[in-house]
Amino acid sequence: MNGGFWHMGGYALYVWSAYGVTAVVLAAELLQLVARRRAALERLRQTRRVDVDRETKR
Amino acid sequence: MTSESTSWTRYAAPAAFYPLAGRLIPWFAVPAAVLTVVGLYMALWAVPSDFRQGDAYRIMYIHVPAAWMSMWLYVVMAVYAALGLVVRTRLSSMMAQAIAPTGALFTFLALWTGSFWGRPMWGTWWVWDARLTSELVLLFLYLGVIALMAAIDDPRRADRAGGVLALVGVINVPIIYFSVKWWNTLHQGASIRMGAAPTMGKSMLWAILVMTLAFWMYSFVTSFVRVRAIILERERHAEWAQRLVDNRS
Repeated sequence: MNGGFWHMGGYALYVWSAYGVTAVVLAAELLQLVARRRAALERLRQTRRVDVDRETKR
Repeated sequence: MTSESTSWTRYAAPAAFYPLAGRLIPWFAVPAAVLTVVGLYMALWAVPSDFRQGDAYRIMYIHVPAAWMSMWLYVVMAVYAALGLVVRTRLSSMMAQAIAPTGALFTFLALWTGSFWGRPMWGTWWVWDARLTSELVLLFLYLGVIALMAAIDDPRRADRAGGVLALVGVINVPIIYFSVKWWNTLHQGASIRMGAAPTMGKSMLWAILVMTLAFWMYSFVTSFVRVRAIILERERHAEWAQRLVDNRS
């Protein structure tokens, strides 16, 4: 590989833009999903506190 | 009710599917990671460059799998949407909702990679031909389903509205698939067809199949993670869900 791999036979811009954006988009989706799960659990915890308060006041 | 039908319907309840999906995720995540590494090695190293297109054709190994997944995920989403409308299982609608964003991303990637392949090969980033236009319509359908479901506060009404749009839009999938046959397009015809010998080399075919499988396994992971989040968001007042956070704290 005499520098040819990253060069992609002169098509480096096109090949790496396609692969690079794919990698970024999929990685971003995974990160977003981790954040969404955390937020859902946090909201569940808050809901739990509110619901328990309501029960004890009754 | 027979025991068979009870065991099947048992998992149609969000409370039962939540832990099941959680246990299934690693069984798709590990293959997804392994197949991605193998697929990238094949697509970028192992497969020789094309005698006419040089290395630019390597874009095909993500373009074709992304395009296939964009159509396949739409069909799966529409089937879940139909189940949600007809059988009225809440989980089906949640699955449809969970698949939509991943489907939209693969549609975007099919268009993006196609554009970066079209520029060096056709000399243009975009043309309004049947294949490209119908794939763009697919992206708008996905975004429409996502936006419609997000815009309606009542989950049941949101499920129904999103489900109807998803179902109506499924007509676009065969239009995309057959567009290269029905119309004169700049886009090339299918290289791999059911019941016909593929018009490409064996190693190229394997690289495409491995990348497709990698994207498919990835889609299972994202759909299951997302549907679990949706279940928690919607069932947060349910006792079983609240017990989850009691155990964790």
